[in-house]
Amino acid sequence: MEELFRISYPVAAADYSSAGKASADIKRRLKQLGVGGDVLRRVAVASYEVELNLVIHSEGGELCLTVFPGAVQLVSSDVGPGIPDLDMAMREGYSTANEEARSLGFGAGMGLPNMKRNSDEFDIKSKVGTGTTITMRFNLSA
Amino acid sequence: MTIADMVRVLNAKVLRGGDKLDTPVFTACCSDLMSDVLAFVDEKTVLITGLTNPHVIRTSEMLDLKCLVFVRGKIPTEDILDSAEEQGLVVITTKMTAFSACGLLYDMGLRGVPVPTAWDAEGN
Repeated sequence: MEELFRISYPVAAADYSSAGKASADIKRRLKQLGVGGDVLRRVAVASYEVELNLVIHSEGGELCLTVFPGAVQLVSSDVGPGIPDLDMAMREGYSTANEEARSLGFGAGMGLPNMKRNSDEFDIKSKVGTGTTITMRFNLSA
Repeated sequence: MTIADMVRVLNAKVLRGGDKLDTPVFTACCSDLMSDVLAFVDEKTVLITGLTNPHVIRTSEMLDLKCLVFVRGKIPTEDILDSAEEQGLVVITTKMTAFSACGLLYDMGLRGVPVPTAWDAEGN
């Protein structure tokens, strides 16, 4: 499918103060491209959740936004550590977040289920020692 | 009711967005857990919280919230307030506890945002 727009944001591990900046930029850019309403909110929430996950859990990675004629795609990829048990990770309330993340109001085990709920297509692949890739698509109504 | 009514009832101080006090409000949520707010709030509503870190503002931005109410007299740092202002958020602070603030706002007609509970998922 023809790409209309693509941008990548590096996300550093444990950089709690910057967490959310990429998502704020993604939201602004999509708004400029004319994306609005419910789908913009869903992309923004899923993007923020996945960006927080990169900061809280990964050893660093990147968040990539691609806009197609009828859809928005977000891909988060990191360099590790990978998720040992994906079924557990997808469960609401299950969290391995540290105290710092919890003190900021996160780490309630809602992130991955919330990404799945907000996206129209959700795919997660993870390998311990290699990393995790999350792909989310959001359909734009005509 | 409007945000101005909330300011009056809570005897609150307006920190940012004083030009938007005539914005009507119908619902609110109260939480210090941004994970829950992100997961369950899907309307442009009011957030009552005791948490003053930058993620409260970022969460509000992602969800297009209208107004932030900080309780127990808490005031975030100036840079946090400035980023709230950039987004057009109204930010107020009250000396009341979250419990008292929610009680008074409910009494004034404000209602909780409809959210699913853990029981719903279990079919109870």
